[in-house]
Amino acid sequence: MLQGWVIASASFAYLGVLFAIAYFGDKRADTGRSVIANPTIYALSLAVYCTTWTFYGSVGRAASTGIGFLPIYLGPTLMAGLWWFVMLKIIRISKANRITSIADFIASRYGKSQLLGGLVTVIAVVGIVPYISLQLKAVSNSFIILLNYPEIVMPAKAGAQPLLQDSALYIAMILAAFTILFGTRHLDATERHEGMVAAIAFESLVKLVAFLAVGLFVTFGIYNGFGDIFDRAEALPKLKALMTVADTGASYGSWWSLTFLSMLSIMFLPRQFQISVVENVNERHLARAIWLFPLYLILINLFVLPIALGGMLHFPGGNVDADTFVLTLPMAERQEALALLVYIGGLSAGTGMVIVETIALSTMVCNDLVMPVLLRWKALRLHQEHDLSGLLLAIRRWAIAAILLLGYIYFRAAGEAYALVGIGLISFAAVAQFAPAIVGGIYWKGGTRRGAIAGLLAGFAVWAYTLLLPSFAKSGWLSLDFIREGLFGVALLKPQQLFGLAGLDDISHSLFWSMLANIGCYVAVSLRRPPDVVETSQGTLFVDVFRHTEGGAGSRFWRGSAQVQDLLPLIGRFLGPERAREAFLAYARRRGVASVEALEANADLVHYAETLLAGAIGGASARVMVASVVKEEPLGIDEVMNILDEASQVRAYSKQLEQKSRELEAATAELRAANERLKELDRMKDDFMSTVTHELRTPLTSIRAFSEILLEDPKTDLIDRRKFLAIIVKETERLTRLINQVLDMAKIESGNAEWHTAEVDLHEIIEESIAATSSLFSDKRIGLEMALEGGVPKVMADRDRLIQVMLNLLSNAVKFCEAGHGRVKVGLHLAAGAVRVDVADNGPGISLAEQGTIFEKFRQGGDTMTAKPQGTGLGLPISRQIIEHFGGRLWVESSLGKGATFSFSLPLEERKTK
Amino acid sequence: MKRSIITGQRLAAVFLLGFVLFNYPLIALFNKPGEIFDIPLLYFYLFGVWALLIALMAWAIERRKE
Repeated sequence: MLQGWVIASASFAYLGVLFAIAYFGDKRADTGRSVIANPTIYALSLAVYCTTWTFYGSVGRAASTGIGFLPIYLGPTLMAGLWWFVMLKIIRISKANRITSIADFIASRYGKSQLLGGLVTVIAVVGIVPYISLQLKAVSNSFIILLNYPEIVMPAKAGAQPLLQDSALYIAMILAAFTILFGTRHLDATERHEGMVAAIAFESLVKLVAFLAVGLFVTFGIYNGFGDIFDRAEALPKLKALMTVADTGASYGSWWSLTFLSMLSIMFLPRQFQISVVENVNERHLARAIWLFPLYLILINLFVLPIALGGMLHFPGGNVDADTFVLTLPMAERQEALALLVYIGGLSAGTGMVIVETIALSTMVCNDLVMPVLLRWKALRLHQEHDLSGLLLAIRRWAIAAILLLGYIYFRAAGEAYALVGIGLISFAAVAQFAPAIVGGIYWKGGTRRGAIAGLLAGFAVWAYTLLLPSFAKSGWLSLDFIREGLFGVALLKPQQLFGLAGLDDISHSLFWSMLANIGCYVAVSLRRPPDVVETSQGTLFVDVFRHTEGGAGSRFWRGSAQVQDLLPLIGRFLGPERAREAFLAYARRRGVASVEALEANADLVHYAETLLAGAIGGASARVMVASVVKEEPLGIDEVMNILDEASQVRAYSKQLEQKSRELEAATAELRAANERLKELDRMKDDFMSTVTHELRTPLTSIRAFSEILLEDPKTDLIDRRKFLAIIVKETERLTRLINQVLDMAKIESGNAEWHTAEVDLHEIIEESIAATSSLFSDKRIGLEMALEGGVPKVMADRDRLIQVMLNLLSNAVKFCEAGHGRVKVGLHLAAGAVRVDVADNGPGISLAEQGTIFEKFRQGGDTMTAKPQGTGLGLPISRQIIEHFGGRLWVESSLGKGATFSFSLPLEERKTK
Repeated sequence: MKRSIITGQRLAAVFLLGFVLFNYPLIALFNKPGEIFDIPLLYFYLFGVWALLIALMAWAIERRKE
């Protein structure tokens, strides 16, 4: 048996758990170990979107329009795909500017305008208060229904009960106390409530579990699964109609407009803005919420239609309101525990919405409505108060109480005038008015304060005329004539068929006209005159937020003089002196300054102070307050444009500079390489000179020595004389050869050598060279072997030069072969587009280290330190030059003790003629 | 959060796909009596597309490199 005290104590126990979670969350946040720093908690807290309007109302809507309840949840799913762009940008902007509410956001964007902030607050309060009454109504109804268990009695009309017996009044009071405890425990510069977010995430879990539980019970407990419910429903024509939407243009139109409306609501409802932007711990969390949040929505909607159909099958008489099916179905089946769980689920949906919404609204009311008035009210002498943080908290607490009281009054007054869903959509349409100013504001720099005010006023007026007033009329507060006949009897002014536009449902109709008026006025008035100084600078900061987040962007647009001893007390008045001092000290440490007093009051510090204050009293008021203690030199529009231009020019210049410095680096590297090369050449020239003189001196010395002997000693006998003269002649020849080769080398290197290129047959050349050197072979008794491939094509080359190369290679081979045992092998064959000649010997071989150097000038094979040099050291370098001149290659393959093979190859296609 | 360009494009594409699939005229194709697995056609279609969109978004988000 569910008695009143059981339900009441369950409710209080639940609220106690919530408060414990919130308390725990706040404690953890104070110690820096946040419980909500987690994308899943973030996604769950976003589900504050699902209020009692979802929990009870969806079934009611499904019972009357079938599938028509879905667009409210499809829109947010679609919008989640765009969060990556839009929401991320809004979060980034809000964090950079310490924005604490949607009113603050719009006011800051359009030049920190107090008027605009106040206007947004008024629209939000007017639009949202009915929505709050909806929650009160749902919670109080569910309480009354459950109280009558096991009887199923629909609650009486709200106004019919005496005030003091009305459960909704007590619910409103409890919720107000609860919200005040949650939301205004202390004043935070960032206006974040970690504990509350943790509690909201928990509530989302509770309502999901409760709804899934009742859904499973109805689908599989009362009926035999989805198929069973749908089969039974199809049998009744009235229910069969719910499976489809009416196949008319109007119903598709309202489907579209509801999707669109809910897309805007998920972004711009004050509670959604509070949770998704203000309470966001880390913008990284947004990523996972993009798919987790739609997943939550699909889960909580899965059983809506089965419950609606099941309820209509179960209560065919129609005397049970479809809005209560979620609760009355378990009651009718005598499931006490489940009914209590559903009641708690509904309570969690209602409290979650009320807590977040009233916190968001109270921040707006305090910062954008009350504070600006109080601060201007000179008689209050607020500017002489030392600590206003207590006043701020008091204003917020009173604002929470007032908002809930307004909600309750509207509930008493409106009563049963509209079904739950009707009021929800009216609220959605109200907050949709913020969309043009916000979306325009973050993507279009041209939007102005006047444009935003005009757009909001026009949209709000049309909304009030086409939705709010008719809902009053339907509640009996206004004459229905005004709906039927139009204002003053003018048919064109019928609020639900404005200018004769018929055929749309009232929400679509209102959405169309209000958006047309809103966007039209916003754009037209914005375009009337260019944005002023503050609008331009704020516009740039908002639109280009991803470029400006890197430090100090906001302070670029400020110039003036200030004193730390003025700023600190100012901030202290709103945040409390200790907190202000702490914040300034943290700032000083970041700048590497030892104390607050040593801080320089420059543009950066003023900007820091202003954002700090913006967190507490909103951007617009913060600007006014800071301006009261600093001397600001107003920047002209030209100067702001110059700063912006400068910034972009500086960027362009720095890009150019980077480019230039890269080019310079490359040029420097080239120069360095050239310098190295020159130094190397210089060194080589010196080496060459000293080697050449050395090489010349050796034969000269011996010529001179023998000549002197012959000159000084006339008695030398003939045999010795001949011997000496022979040496002289041989050394002279060597000298001549050396000089010829040096000249030859110089000619080739300078490109002055004469080349007689013609078709030459390598066969002939090899044979001719061998014939020329045959005496060398026979003198040293060295064997010669030839392996000449036949049919080798002719190549283009200089015949004499090639013979010179061959002679050099052959004589080298002979030189290094041991007399008597030497064998030289000459080969000629075709290889891959080239003709290759090998000259192999079986001499001592050339070490790997030497193989690299023997082609350098004056490097000789063998040990030059001990043995007498056997050549000039120019033969191989010249040979290589010659071969390379004809596009070929000359190389050696050898290992110590195994002889050496010198090879050259000449390309066949070579047509080079010089 | 690093703004990966390809992830943003994928999510925008999911949005466009969803916008087309959830609206007239495609929705009209399924707005008729009939059942799939004992579930009314339109109901089945809407929840199927919905689940598909969530799966696509989860895919785009979870496979991005940070």
